[in-house]
Amino acid sequence: MSYKPPVQDMAFVLKHVAEMENLLAYPAYEDFDMDIVDPVLEEAAKLAANVWAPLNRDGDTDGAKLKDGQVKTTPGFKDAYLQYVAGGWNALPHNPEFGGQGLPWSLSMATNEMWQAANLSLGLCPLLTQAGIEALEHHGSDHLQKTYLEKLVSGEWAGTMNLTEPQAGTDLAAIRTVAKKDGDHYLLQGQKIYITYGDHEFTDNIIHLVLAKIDGLPDDNSGLGLFLVPKFFVNEDGSLGDRNDVWPVSLEHKLGIHGSPTCVMAYGDKGECVAYLVGKEGEGLKNMFTMMNNARISVGLQGVSMMERAYQHAVHYAKERVQSFKLGGSSDERVAIIEHADVKRMLLTMKAYADAGRALSYYAGAQLDRQNNEADADKKKAAANRADFLTPLVKGWCTDMAVEVSSIGIQVHGGMGFIEETGAAQFIRDSRILPIYEGTNGIQAADFMFRKFLRDQGTEVKKYIAEMTAADLSAMEAETQQALKSGLKTLKETTEWLLKQDMKDLDPFAASSTYYLKMFASVAAGFLMAKLAIQAKGDTSPFAQNKVKICRYYIEALMPQASGYAPVIMGGQSVLRDMEQHSFDS
Amino acid sequence: MKILVAVKRVLDYNVKARVKSDQSGVDLSNVKMSMNPFCEIAVEEAVRMKEKGLAEEIITVSIGPSQAQETLRTSLAMGADRSILIEIDENVEPLAVAKLLKGVVEKESPNLVIMGKQSIDGDNNQTGQMLAALLGWGQGTFASKVEKDGDQLKVTREVDGGLETVGLKLPAVVTTDLRLNEPRYASLPNIMKAKKKPLDTMAPSDFGVDVSPRVVTLKVTEPPKREAGIKVESVEQLVDKLQNEAKVI
Repeated sequence: MSYKPPVQDMAFVLKHVAEMENLLAYPAYEDFDMDIVDPVLEEAAKLAANVWAPLNRDGDTDGAKLKDGQVKTTPGFKDAYLQYVAGGWNALPHNPEFGGQGLPWSLSMATNEMWQAANLSLGLCPLLTQAGIEALEHHGSDHLQKTYLEKLVSGEWAGTMNLTEPQAGTDLAAIRTVAKKDGDHYLLQGQKIYITYGDHEFTDNIIHLVLAKIDGLPDDNSGLGLFLVPKFFVNEDGSLGDRNDVWPVSLEHKLGIHGSPTCVMAYGDKGECVAYLVGKEGEGLKNMFTMMNNARISVGLQGVSMMERAYQHAVHYAKERVQSFKLGGSSDERVAIIEHADVKRMLLTMKAYADAGRALSYYAGAQLDRQNNEADADKKKAAANRADFLTPLVKGWCTDMAVEVSSIGIQVHGGMGFIEETGAAQFIRDSRILPIYEGTNGIQAADFMFRKFLRDQGTEVKKYIAEMTAADLSAMEAETQQALKSGLKTLKETTEWLLKQDMKDLDPFAASSTYYLKMFASVAAGFLMAKLAIQAKGDTSPFAQNKVKICRYYIEALMPQASGYAPVIMGGQSVLRDMEQHSFDS
Repeated sequence: MKILVAVKRVLDYNVKARVKSDQSGVDLSNVKMSMNPFCEIAVEEAVRMKEKGLAEEIITVSIGPSQAQETLRTSLAMGADRSILIEIDENVEPLAVAKLLKGVVEKESPNLVIMGKQSIDGDNNQTGQMLAALLGWGQGTFASKVEKDGDQLKVTREVDGGLETVGLKLPAVVTTDLRLNEPRYASLPNIMKAKKKPLDTMAPSDFGVDVSPRVVTLKVTEPPKREAGIKVESVEQLVDKLQNEAKVI
């Protein structure tokens, strides 16, 4: 079953949730109007569906390999990547000063969703490049920008992000890779693991952004620096020079995303790895987070992509697989399983979560556009706060749901879902990394609970809840309104309860953080779905009428499940506190 | 050389066509429409000729509702220079299309017209031939290869028995077959540029052409559903059925 980008769904969310028309009114977009949306989505969809998607299975069965110090990717991947670069797709949201197309981030949410859904393993390469572009744009010197940005923006060169070491995963202060100053540059020595696309043959050069400890600085976060390490040196005239002392030393054997080379990278084995500082000494972590925050939204979006892909796969099967008679129906005609209520429930659940995730993530994308373009300082700040607030929600919730939805996808297939050649199993294996990389979902929940909620004493949370309380829902059916109001009421009560707890003891907050994140994201997505449904109601097309049904199902049948987290958050914590390490022994 | 390419907006080839409940035709409301695949091949061929330096300008023309502008924009994003839309909401039959195109040819004086051999909705396979006849030009239909040979055009045609190569004096009409080329995907910068390329809108009356239909559609029905098969008991029975029921051997 091939992938068909849901262009109409995407355009609908761009229009009514991202409010594309308002975004395009910013001066930076004066060359563009709403007429660009459909042609851009349609053309990207062709490349995604016809070139990227057919290689998805190949990536799974014939993944990346390391031979003689060089990674060989799945046959076909390089050509598909080059077609994407030649089409100018990599440059879509980037700064025109460096050859970007200068289109809104929100629009790139839609195109990016297509690349990731078509081929998650391949889509990771440009995703990392995008993160590198942002770090360089914000923190790189003029010289670094001039040397590297244009080729990264076009996709002619690719980027990587190097943080993790065996002893330093979430705890980045434990990093041991060391940078020693050596004239106008640094010499790097150390090993990094889990480096996505650390090496490949798509591009002539690879630009590694590496977090390292600076020799002589303190042994904590304040001693870190962000470094740019090119695979090949770049001469003054822009041509490529010698190879730098950075090598892929092995590839990980993974549960999924086999097409994406996950490298162990050795820096400075011969003591000759030249690195250039990006930003200032000691600001490594802060600068790294510039690229991590948007990358987190992008990973959340990968979750949306996987939900859509798993859903399409399951629907296709459910329409073809004939099994049993319809409940209470004639007993001489067997029906396709999509006719059975329980299968229908699974499919609608998959679709509703995919749509809700899409609404939440595009909404976050729109906040980035507002933050980047708003002239009014207060509005700019408000957008930045909202984007920060939404980042862990999008990353944490959409990726957890991706695992859940791809699992339901297998269930729809029954026994065939457990058989690899059906293709449904790949989605759950590929999805499973999403709640882990770019900050585990535990970290997202902690980020949400402590930095986004408690740090400002719940100001942003209360503001958001007030906005939802004020939403005009009168166009919706009574039961839909009731579900929204009830979900919001529980969220409000839970929030108030949390704010009343003793903040000297942070463990209970940490223990409830995952549930609070899920609860907030579910309700916030519910209100975005209501917005979509209200817009769809004015339209008689089958697409719009279906949209109303999907939104209602989410709000009335799925969102209420989030209220079940309230007693978990407000109770049960004392038991958790009493569990000691040895309590797990027997 | 100046090339005119005719493009048609049709039901997307991926969409399953459904017949309207009153059996008056195919239901086109709320379904995805896109450029006829044979027309895409025609645009691609023109763009390749321009890239080879064989043509200076490519004009695309479409006859259809105002939404056909989107189809023309697609052709501009692929590499055409400007477009003309002859706006009409009703269905136009091949002869009227050919007459309108003749009007455009007289106005624009191209040296070559490239068009799809047929549209996937009407399946008429008539317009190119009619246009050539109306203009008194040579025609190379079902082209799988087009080469410039001096002041002639060498066109390889896909005919029943194999391939036939004809030499055409210019100006001429060429209609495309599936194997002529593989159309490109428009690049993002070209999609953005396409928005700024000129697109003129005209009316059938500007060409003095009567577009009223001459054919009356009585009824449109879906193909019969495939019926379930049976299991034969023996090879003899299979041969017997193939001989006497299916009459294929």
